[in-house]
Amino acid sequence: MLAILLLSLLTALTMATFSVSSANADEVGTEYDYTITGNVQFNGDALDGVAIALNGNGYRADTVTDADGKWAIGVPEKGTYKVTLDEDTLPDGVIVAKGGNVIEAEFGLTNRKSVNFFLGEGTRNTVNFFDQFVNRFVNGLNFGLLLALAAIGVSLIFGTTGLSNFAHAEMITFGALAALVLSVNLGLPIWLAILIAVVLSGGLGFGLDAVIWKPLRRKGVAVIPLMIVSIGLSLALRYLYQYFFGGSTSQLPGAGMRDLQFGPVSLSPIDLASMGISIVVLLAVAYFLLRTRIGKATRAVSDNPSLASASGIDVDNVIRIVWVVGAALAGLSGVLWAYFRPGVSWDMGFQMLLLVFAAVTLGGLGTAFGALVGSIIVGLFVELSTLWLPSDMKIVGALVILILVLLFRPQGILGRKERIG
Amino acid sequence: MDWGAIFGNAAVELISPTTAAYALAALGLAVHFGYTGLLNFGQAGFMALGAYGYAISILTFGFPVWGAFLVGVGASIVFALILGVPTLRLRADYLAIVTIAAAEIVRLLFTTNTFASVTGSANGLSGYKNEFAALNPLAPGRYGFGPFENNAYDTWLRIVAWSIVILAALLVWQIMRSPWGRVIKGIREDEDAVRALGKNVYAYKMQSLILGGVFGTIAGMIFALPRAVVPSNYQTTLTFFIYAILLLGGAATVLGPIIGSMIFWVLLSFFSGFVARAVEAGWLPFMTTVQGGQLRFILVGVAIMLIVIFRPQGIFGNKKELAFVR
Repeated sequence: MLAILLLSLLTALTMATFSVSSANADEVGTEYDYTITGNVQFNGDALDGVAIALNGNGYRADTVTDADGKWAIGVPEKGTYKVTLDEDTLPDGVIVAKGGNVIEAEFGLTNRKSVNFFLGEGTRNTVNFFDQFVNRFVNGLNFGLLLALAAIGVSLIFGTTGLSNFAHAEMITFGALAALVLSVNLGLPIWLAILIAVVLSGGLGFGLDAVIWKPLRRKGVAVIPLMIVSIGLSLALRYLYQYFFGGSTSQLPGAGMRDLQFGPVSLSPIDLASMGISIVVLLAVAYFLLRTRIGKATRAVSDNPSLASASGIDVDNVIRIVWVVGAALAGLSGVLWAYFRPGVSWDMGFQMLLLVFAAVTLGGLGTAFGALVGSIIVGLFVELSTLWLPSDMKIVGALVILILVLLFRPQGILGRKERIG
Repeated sequence: MDWGAIFGNAAVELISPTTAAYALAALGLAVHFGYTGLLNFGQAGFMALGAYGYAISILTFGFPVWGAFLVGVGASIVFALILGVPTLRLRADYLAIVTIAAAEIVRLLFTTNTFASVTGSANGLSGYKNEFAALNPLAPGRYGFGPFENNAYDTWLRIVAWSIVILAALLVWQIMRSPWGRVIKGIREDEDAVRALGKNVYAYKMQSLILGGVFGTIAGMIFALPRAVVPSNYQTTLTFFIYAILLLGGAATVLGPIIGSMIFWVLLSFFSGFVARAVEAGWLPFMTTVQGGQLRFILVGVAIMLIVIFRPQGIFGNKKELAFVR
């Protein structure tokens, strides 16, 4: 809750600095027939100079209240408009008490519509910079860890087959959708639903490899056509999800639990569980890659498939295992991402895909541990950038970093220095 | 079942400005991907720059049409330089990831509330058509016949759009027969061999990126003229559709993108018209009209996969001149 409040506050602050200041109350939109009016008062006293912004139907205007606390904005047509009161322009000790500072105004039968805000006494929650920073940092770590689950799969698949798998986005969505169907529609307890969803995701990876990727490898299709096939697959699967689940967002059970306070950091039990699961699973993946025979074989195939094949490693088997593990990790990442956003929707994986690619490229294409480091950097960067950037631009920062890294260290942070030109 | 309306609506798409815009954008992509072997996944970004460059120049700065046109083209050249400098020396898939990221950056910058006074944020921009309509030499009235009958503005828009497409196609055809084009195709086949001949591969790739990007930008302007500029139109899905058109027609061809765009839009319109009416008529009881609309996107995805696997050279392509390198 605090995080959301902070976010909206930040957006409001930045919007205030950028938006063009306006004319007086009785001068805005007088050429139009329809008017939205209001009266800003607190305990009977008119408030002067409170900024009001209006937006809707492709029209926007802003104004300030006059000495009587009144404001009026003419609008070109009847319709629904969003009216926003800028809380920063209220006197100290006054806030919008209920209903929030944004009101949707819809015209009735008349040409005038009045919109009033409920003001009350109180102070806005302002948190000092250090506390905000720590809070965002922990959130970023959480996001980075769940990003890493997906990124390791992308990286392993790239390492062993050379494919930049765009359909990974749909493997992420699959996990969340499966958990949703199992827990909400079939009524299974959530832990069991998640477990089955992860297993089903692994099955999806196995199926995709068996039906599409293995025959294409046999056929000797080059890397770039493979990548375009994965784009087609991503498009087809994504709209298949929309076909069956519609365009709405649903919540998994337990989403939106109350936050617990740890000093400046507020985290829900779900966030804590999410971080715990991510860390345990990542450690297990590390153990698998470093200590087990099949993990070593995976790294060998990643290094040099022909040499690995010559030394008796069953390359096809390794690739099949990589697809299953990668898809299962992506499914788990999807479930955690559904809690983090929060919500399950048909294109949720695609919204995250570019950040996954950014993380993988940042760490070094094809290196599993690079993907982990890259993910945590991207996660931290996305969350921390909201301290300075408006929240709808937080992804922009991460993508800019991606381009800058390629400029100065194209092999990525942990990538080997080799010729990639 | 009203077959006349279904075929009529599908025929309209044959010469619609949207088809022209997609054809031109696909032609730009043919220069990038088909002839040079550059994996540009940011064509939607170039189109967004064209549409917004044109609309903002007219609405905010009051530029004339040619001025707005130059602003859009200039913006796309700068964008191509920014994209090309870090990535053209790297492997092909790096360019793919960077261009897709850059196109998203462009879209998010046009969507954010921060610059809403200029970009209109998520609502987009409209009301920039008068300047273009004022150049219309046609008298008011109706032109054309049957499904191709339009009012003066729409006819004028179609004439301009398709003239640009034809000029661009002639330019690509000539330029790919020139010494410059032979170097470009050489880069696609074997970059090191071209480098060994003393050619500056990096500069050639950059020129190709700029040329195709400018095509994409002009396509964005054509795309914006019959409708409003809305940022959600310029998602990565747009780029993927243009790839579908390019692969359908043939990646290393001049006519492929144009015919591909016509086939794509006529089929898409026919299919969605047919499914919508079939659902209304109760032929497909397991489906709603909304689901019928999504079915076509599923088919586009499947079509991309099938074309790449079974006919990678497209309809018009030459099997010897395969577009896919490395």
